[in-house]
Amino acid sequence: MSSPQSQMPQAAPTWQAAPGTSFPSGYTSPIPVVRTHLGNAIASEWTKIKSVRSTMWTLGVFVLLVIGIGTLTGVVVAESDPALDGESPLGLGFFGLLLGSMCIITLGVLTTASEYGTGMIRTTMVACPSRGRVLAAKGVVFFLVAFVVTLVSACLVAFLHVAMLEGDGAKSPTGGEWLKGTVGIAAYVALLGLLSLAVGSIIRHSAGAITIMIGAVLAPLVIALFMFSESLQGVRDALFEYSIPNQLSVFYSNSLSQSGPSGWDPLWIMLGATAVAFAAAFALLEKRDV
Amino acid sequence: MSRSSVAGMIELEGLTKRYGEKVAVNNLSFTVRPGIVTGFLGPNGAGKSTTMRMILGLDHPTAGDVRIDGKHYHQLKDPLTYIGALLEAKAWHGGRSAYNHLLCLAQSNGIPRRRVGEVLETVGLTAVAKKKTKGFSMGMGQRLGIAAALLGDPRILMFDEPVNGLDPEGIHWIRTLMKSLAAQGRTVFVSSHLMSEMALTAEHLVVIGQGRLLADTSMADFIARNSRSYVRVRSPHRERLLDVLHQAGVVAVESGEGVLEVDGGKAEHVGELAAQHGLTLHELSPQQASLEEAFMRLTAESVEYHAHSGTSAAPPPPQQQQWGDGWKRG
Ligand SMILES: Nc1ncnc2c1ncn2[C@@H]1O[C@H](COP(=O)(O)OP(=O)(O)OP(=O)(O)O)[C@@H](O)[C@H]1O
Ligand SMILES: [Mg+2]
Repeated sequence: MSSPQSQMPQAAPTWQAAPGTSFPSGYTSPIPVVRTHLGNAIASEWTKIKSVRSTMWTLGVFVLLVIGIGTLTGVVVAESDPALDGESPLGLGFFGLLLGSMCIITLGVLTTASEYGTGMIRTTMVACPSRGRVLAAKGVVFFLVAFVVTLVSACLVAFLHVAMLEGDGAKSPTGGEWLKGTVGIAAYVALLGLLSLAVGSIIRHSAGAITIMIGAVLAPLVIALFMFSESLQGVRDALFEYSIPNQLSVFYSNSLSQSGPSGWDPLWIMLGATAVAFAAAFALLEKRDV
Repeated sequence: MSRSSVAGMIELEGLTKRYGEKVAVNNLSFTVRPGIVTGFLGPNGAGKSTTMRMILGLDHPTAGDVRIDGKHYHQLKDPLTYIGALLEAKAWHGGRSAYNHLLCLAQSNGIPRRRVGEVLETVGLTAVAKKKTKGFSMGMGQRLGIAAALLGDPRILMFDEPVNGLDPEGIHWIRTLMKSLAAQGRTVFVSSHLMSEMALTAEHLVVIGQGRLLADTSMADFIARNSRSYVRVRSPHRERLLDVLHQAGVVAVESGEGVLEVDGGKAEHVGELAAQHGLTLHELSPQQASLEEAFMRLTAESVEYHAHSGTSAAPPPPQQQQWGDGWKRG
């Protein structure tokens, strides 16, 4: 482990070295040299994400929205009569998670874009000149945080709804429904955040990237609403079915439409979109000046 | 000197950076060596910060190459233990504490956590280590940047205008720090626009203007050439005085407005000669050209952002040509 620093340059002078030139050899540090890897970058990003207040804010508001709105919906539905006509109560978590996803989008964007606003990115890239490694580490840390927080919140809300509506004519969810309504939705929302993180790295401007992502969530629905013409029916349906809110609802099998994505499709769609955005972000990061 | 790859060399070769039409750095070639402080001088917009960003792999050169001990920056896997840098602008998140800022840097390079406390102590920020950096004064920010540079105990240190915003005590501290770092055998590369500041710290001098290399010389050489002493003489009998001085073997040059400058001459000698020939003198004063003036002459042609006031800071151009040429490389 503790190989002295002086070994490093000797291993390397492939470029050109004048053998035997004795020149005042530079300073040798007592700090051991370690060959760094992705793990170092991940440790660094973990420290970064937990040491700024915006993380606590966005995640705090997220949990509040998911649990708060979930509880409210549960109370309202339980009061009404008949409560749920043989439907799964898990679907009630939809509204909280839809609103909450805005927080995850914000945190995702801030993870990359805010470094450009503050100038931190230059320090980061000087410390870790492998730009791909920096982006990968940010992605890993953010995804895990977003996934865990969403999963815990979604589970809490799901248990809450099932408990509240048990005797109220609601059907008890199957194992598959449980999986989709907790792990599935958490993976989808975390991926949506990861997509935002890549967009933040491409746009390099927090407000701009957040606006783009919120636009991407809402615009298809809004545009579809204004497509009255018969001839646009096909486009209108597609916009509707593939809009992010509708994709979210697919996880509760109460899709707003009959055709379009079903089952686990939304997850694969989001995975594809995120992969494309990451490829673009990697390529641009290598090419551009910091 | 031949380029040999030894610990702590920064080698630039034909380094060029263009931003659109604007050539920020133009074909720069020079070497920064270990064991001394190398001053990097140039007026505003000369391209100092751009050059340093290229050394650190932040900006891609348009042409040319820069290597650290024969390697490109991105080939250094644990760069902070190799080269530490203080960047020009504030480069951290204001909401993070100084301690956490340094900690995340240390972790990314596998540097032991205890170093964070050590460098905070070195720069005198221990008391505010847990405070958010956005409340920091300019001088404290500068100290945090220096702490980050020292974190990996690197053999190369690069400071972009480190005295910016520091009070006299801070300036003295950084001067001493740079000298002691160099004395330990490290490479210290520091930019500035103040010649007087560099004269106190740097042993070697690289001067650029509008992205081009103007001088690459030792400080001692620069001083020897430029701390020129001369005698300023004004006389109503200018022509006759010139003849008299010429006959006595004293070289004098006219510098406009009826003023004669006698290079390296003694005021006593000129006065006595004038008295012997009954010539009236209106002024006879020994002068010393400052290094700052020499620097301004050198860069006058390439200063980009002149203050357009009546009194031009830069002395008349005719001399700068011959002054600059001597140090131009190649
Ligand atoms: N990212 C950029 N895009 C466009 N032009 C740039 C960029 N960075 C620097 N420049 C231009 O390049 C030139 C050199 O700038 P640089 O900051 O390197 O100068 P400097 O010597 O550090 O100046 P100062 O002493 O004021 O810090 C300037 O004219 C500047 O406007
Ligand atoms: Mg600068």
